[in-house]
Amino acid sequence: MIAEITTNSWWLIIGAWVITLGALGWYSVAIVLKGRRLSRQVPAASRRWL
Amino acid sequence: MTDIAPDSPAGAPTSTSSRATRVLGVLSLAGLALTVVYAFAITGPDVRLGNSVRIMYVHVPTVTAAYCLMIANALFSGYTLWKRSTFSDLAAHACAEVGVLMLGLTLVVGAIWGRMTWGAFWVWDARLTTTALLFLMYIGYLAIRGLPASPRVRATRSAIVGIAAAMLIPIVHKSVEWWASLHQNETVLGKVNPNISGNQYFTLMLAMVTFLLVAVWMAMHRFRVLWLIEQLDVVGVDEAIEARRAENIGVGQ
Repeated sequence: MIAEITTNSWWLIIGAWVITLGALGWYSVAIVLKGRRLSRQVPAASRRWL
Repeated sequence: MTDIAPDSPAGAPTSTSSRATRVLGVLSLAGLALTVVYAFAITGPDVRLGNSVRIMYVHVPTVTAAYCLMIANALFSGYTLWKRSTFSDLAAHACAEVGVLMLGLTLVVGAIWGRMTWGAFWVWDARLTTTALLFLMYIGYLAIRGLPASPRVRATRSAIVGIAAAMLIPIVHKSVEWWASLHQNETVLGKVNPNISGNQYFTLMLAMVTFLLVAVWMAMHRFRVLWLIEQLDVVGVDEAIEARRAENIGVGQ
């Protein structure tokens, strides 16, 4: 009975997903914004991506 | 530092995006949306794990992505030691950082799953302990990269640590077989009884491919940010040399 209750605890399931997607989203936004900021400071010749 | 090229002449990019990252980004977002739909709306609860099985669709993909990034880190590290390449040194750094993020998420989400299935967020189980050790090794790798040193010394030190840390991956992976463990056996390789199949299997594979795409997208952007920082250092050194030359000319007159 206890196992049944805990293995269906939706707030923990949703929490795990929110933490994962939230952390990935936060990191993605942070690196993209940092890239934009740095791109303005670096000469154009050094900004050639494959 | 002043803005040098805000208008990006000659078609130079104004961010770390390129066609490749945009395609990867769109595929990653579509994959994530589809994974969420499959994980919550299409697959049902597991016979043994109940609804907690839905955590598997983020737990296994994050650790798979972390392993891949850490192996890539070791390969780039080896190439750095061999060829003294700045490119591979920065690529190794990018892979390690995104790998640490993925492995950190694996530990956090795994702790939540452990609370639901074992009744505890943490136990000193072989798989959990070796994974925590692997995580700490890569935190150490990133710490070493942050130490003040010449680029060559920093690249050598971190490459050695990166290769040493990757040697722990097979031990983490096999820990559930080598030692008595609460952690379940290898899910994807079919060593769980009953075998994963049907929608559960498809959802897990979809999530793994998606998280690998996300990891590659992140590593590419992070590499480009590191490359820009490296270029800024070069610009800074050039400016310092120019300033020094100007001073010398002033003194000579």
